[in-house]
Amino acid sequence: MLSALDKKLLRDLGRMKMQAIAIGLVIAVGVVVLVMMDGLFHSLSQTKDTYYDRYRLAQAYAPAVRAPKYLLNNLAAIPGVDSVMGRMRGGGLIDLPQEDVPISAAVLSLPDHGVPRLNDIYLAEGNQLDPSRENQAILLRSFANAHGISPGDTISATINGARRKLEIAGLAQSPEFLISMAPGELAPDDKRFAVLWMSETSLGAAFDLRGAFSEALFSLTRDAKLPQVLDRVDQVLANYGGTGAYGIEDQASNRFLTEEIKGLATQSKILPPIFLAIAAFLLNIVISRMIQSEREQIGLLKAFGYSSFEVSAHYFKFVLAIAIGGALVGCLIGVMVGRSYADLFQQYYKFPFLVFRVDPQAFIIGILVSVFTASAGALFVLRNVFALTPAVAMRPPAPADYSTAGGFLAVVNRLFDQPTRMVLRRVARHPGRAFGAALGVGAGMGLSAASIGLMMTFTTVVDQTFDYVDRSDMTVVFAALRSDKTLYELNALEGVAQVEPFRVVPVIMRNGLHSHKGALTGLIANPQQFRAVDKNLNPIRLRDDGIIIAKSLAKKLAIAPGQTMTIEVQEGERPILSMPIVGIAETLSGAPAYLQIGALNRALKQPNQISGAYLQIDEKYQSELYESLKAMPFIAGASLKSTSREAFETLMDQSAGSMRYVMSFIAAIITFGIVYNSARIAFAERARDLASLRVIGFTKGETAFVLLGELAIMVILAVPIGIAFGIGLNVAIVEGFSTDLYQIPNQLQPEAFGTAGIAVLVSSIFSGWMVKRNMDGLNLVSALKTRE
Amino acid sequence: MHKLNGDTAFRTQGLTKTYGEGAAAVHALRGVDIAIPTGEMVVLLGPSGSGKSTLLNILGGLDDATNGTAHFFDRELTTMGERALTLYRREHVGFVFQFYNLMPSLTAKENVELVTEIADDPMDAEHALSLVGLTERINHFPAQLSGGEQQRVAIARAVAKQPTVMFCDEPTGALDSKTGRSVLNVLQTVNQELGTTVMIVTHAAATAAMADRVIHFADGGVREVIENTTKLTADEIEW
Repeated sequence: MLSALDKKLLRDLGRMKMQAIAIGLVIAVGVVVLVMMDGLFHSLSQTKDTYYDRYRLAQAYAPAVRAPKYLLNNLAAIPGVDSVMGRMRGGGLIDLPQEDVPISAAVLSLPDHGVPRLNDIYLAEGNQLDPSRENQAILLRSFANAHGISPGDTISATINGARRKLEIAGLAQSPEFLISMAPGELAPDDKRFAVLWMSETSLGAAFDLRGAFSEALFSLTRDAKLPQVLDRVDQVLANYGGTGAYGIEDQASNRFLTEEIKGLATQSKILPPIFLAIAAFLLNIVISRMIQSEREQIGLLKAFGYSSFEVSAHYFKFVLAIAIGGALVGCLIGVMVGRSYADLFQQYYKFPFLVFRVDPQAFIIGILVSVFTASAGALFVLRNVFALTPAVAMRPPAPADYSTAGGFLAVVNRLFDQPTRMVLRRVARHPGRAFGAALGVGAGMGLSAASIGLMMTFTTVVDQTFDYVDRSDMTVVFAALRSDKTLYELNALEGVAQVEPFRVVPVIMRNGLHSHKGALTGLIANPQQFRAVDKNLNPIRLRDDGIIIAKSLAKKLAIAPGQTMTIEVQEGERPILSMPIVGIAETLSGAPAYLQIGALNRALKQPNQISGAYLQIDEKYQSELYESLKAMPFIAGASLKSTSREAFETLMDQSAGSMRYVMSFIAAIITFGIVYNSARIAFAERARDLASLRVIGFTKGETAFVLLGELAIMVILAVPIGIAFGIGLNVAIVEGFSTDLYQIPNQLQPEAFGTAGIAVLVSSIFSGWMVKRNMDGLNLVSALKTRE
Repeated sequence: MHKLNGDTAFRTQGLTKTYGEGAAAVHALRGVDIAIPTGEMVVLLGPSGSGKSTLLNILGGLDDATNGTAHFFDRELTTMGERALTLYRREHVGFVFQFYNLMPSLTAKENVELVTEIADDPMDAEHALSLVGLTERINHFPAQLSGGEQQRVAIARAVAKQPTVMFCDEPTGALDSKTGRSVLNVLQTVNQELGTTVMIVTHAAATAAMADRVIHFADGGVREVIENTTKLTADEIEW
């Protein structure tokens, strides 16, 4: 049987349902961010782990030129190696009729019989390979889908210089190729990178690797020490063209995905606390004001003989009901949003399945934080409940004492009419309350400004990358190193306006314990097409006596100009170089290192070699140019900047970066929630005064001014607070959104603050309008009968 | 200001007010026909729920009627819209409430000015306060005034616009007898010196002695109207 107090509780909740819902929603939104981010992070990492595990993704890779199969026994004997598998791996080009240039592909062998011991594939469509048919291949599903290729189709490919027709047996997905990124590209593009799996028999013939392998894959024991294993593997393969074993963390697709998950992890550490803190703060304000307005009833209850403790417990239950209700709704919506977001990620990363999981801790934290802040807000006010004497309820309400506020600014008294004075005095009498509300609105505005700023900064990243750094129209990559005389050949093509060479050398850069597997890029001293820029976007002149590295790379290697780094070249003679750092470049994507191309070639003792070129082209001749490029057998790929730009934008829109949209949406909800709640509470507190004004003959508009004037002052106060808060928030958020793949610069976007300001203004006007509607519907008679 | 014709401030015919519908309907007024001559002091007496406050609210332009008509001079209140009623209250009506309803953030004088700023032909705020004997305390905030003083400010606020009619709903309900008497005194002065029609709703039957006309309410209707031939002053009535 419910006690009378509990019945009152339920009725009160029913009576104040709109306000209870508004408060509950603010809590819910904070919890949504927490649960969603946590769910997303855990789901993605769990799905990744499960996928890797189920398809036995190798933990280490050792490429070689040609290693006889018996070496696999030697490799398997290395301490720390659990199992080993040899496979053939080479490059190929796929020529599709509708594509202007051939598309590069990785070509991998699958055992003739049975499943591979490591790096298994998930056959999504079609059939397994028939080892008796040597022109059969399984194609990477994402590539096939991007080009509309189905099992049974035939495609034309060049493998090891020989052109052949391949029949597509099936389409497969693989944890090894979650991300398909063509060499030299910044962002994955399904269309521009393919993987072909063929039988050992047919590839053994194609690559002349019968009885041999060109890549060893390893799974490791639990206690394996990766560096030692890699060293031993390198020793075994040294005489067979081993180009350096590496662990899975340097595997391209895994690295990409890991960075994304790392980004989500950082975001899930930074964003939820911010959102929860703001929601908590607002909750605190709202709850304390709500209980304040119940003081008459509190006095009455005490007059009936309820103890202060019983009365406090009653209001605590009230607050807890709202807080827990909001938190539960938040958990529910968080799971729903997180789940649909995870689905998006699943598509982007092409997981064949998704393990959705939220750490129960997220729910517990969400509920605890909500309950704690709501209770704190209530406690703060309930202190007064103990001090309140029952007699308060028996007397007519004592008017709030404004005598102290009256002294404020004698000028005000002369300058303003009575309604304006009422507005100003109310603010002056409760400066803490006005400031608290302004702080709340300011926090919402800051959050909006930071999210909008973040969105704009993403655009800046794209613009800077593609307008200041890469100014070329097209990038051409050669299949192998070529003499720089090739530039004349390219320059002679119709439609080519300007040509600039580059050479990209795969390297491992080391500084003490820090290392990075990446590339060293050789460019001319004063490039026009592709440039290194400083933080003011001015081009940096490349040097021949040292390396200019990206800021993100300098950070990763913990290195500064003046220091020397070790460079282990991963091709050709594989020399180990030692070079000083001479400058830092501002890059927003990737982690490049630049050197003058001449100096690079000298260091490698390979004069006049280039691996590709940047072209400036005349759009009029674009299609002719494609035809010519297609006819040049040495060209492995040509990419249009506009295509790369689209791929990069897609990356930022569909991966961890897309969280910025959710953030902006939630920031908008919070901002509106704060403004609307403030207006509502102010209305509830003043309903009687306002009704009195109406009774003595004030029009609706004149009465609205008294209430909304206060809201206006609060909003005006909120703007500078919002700006300050937004600036601080920007720093924290930008940190969370930067990954190795792209760096989000900490730039303030004045437009973001303007937009956020307008958003606050619009929500204020809308809230004002909503409250004014309530005010217009005010029942004059009953408002006057109620005492506060 | 609209010119007012006639000697009858208010006249109602078949005025009814029903709250709710069907079985739950509450008939607050069940066909009230009264006429209030201008310049009179009228006291409405009756038990709780007898309809006196409802009548006051309708005549004061705070509530609408369910049926029947109510006229203020030659203007029909019962057909007026929201805006017209606001103007009516603004121009002609002064209200005094049981709980004063002063703006806590304004001083006594400012509370009066709140009305004089929007009225057509107001008296000076300080003069209004002197009428209620509060010259000394015009710069005090409501919180610094006693209940009686607050009620006198409320009366000054009602009087300051020189209203045609004043409505007082339990003006002494929250006051002790001494303070209540002084408040009634002020109302009597206003009625006699400014010629304002004053209508007072009260439980205190003794107040009836100072009225020109006493209307007894019961069950949503007028039970009896008594015209006093001899009136007492507020100081003479017994509580």
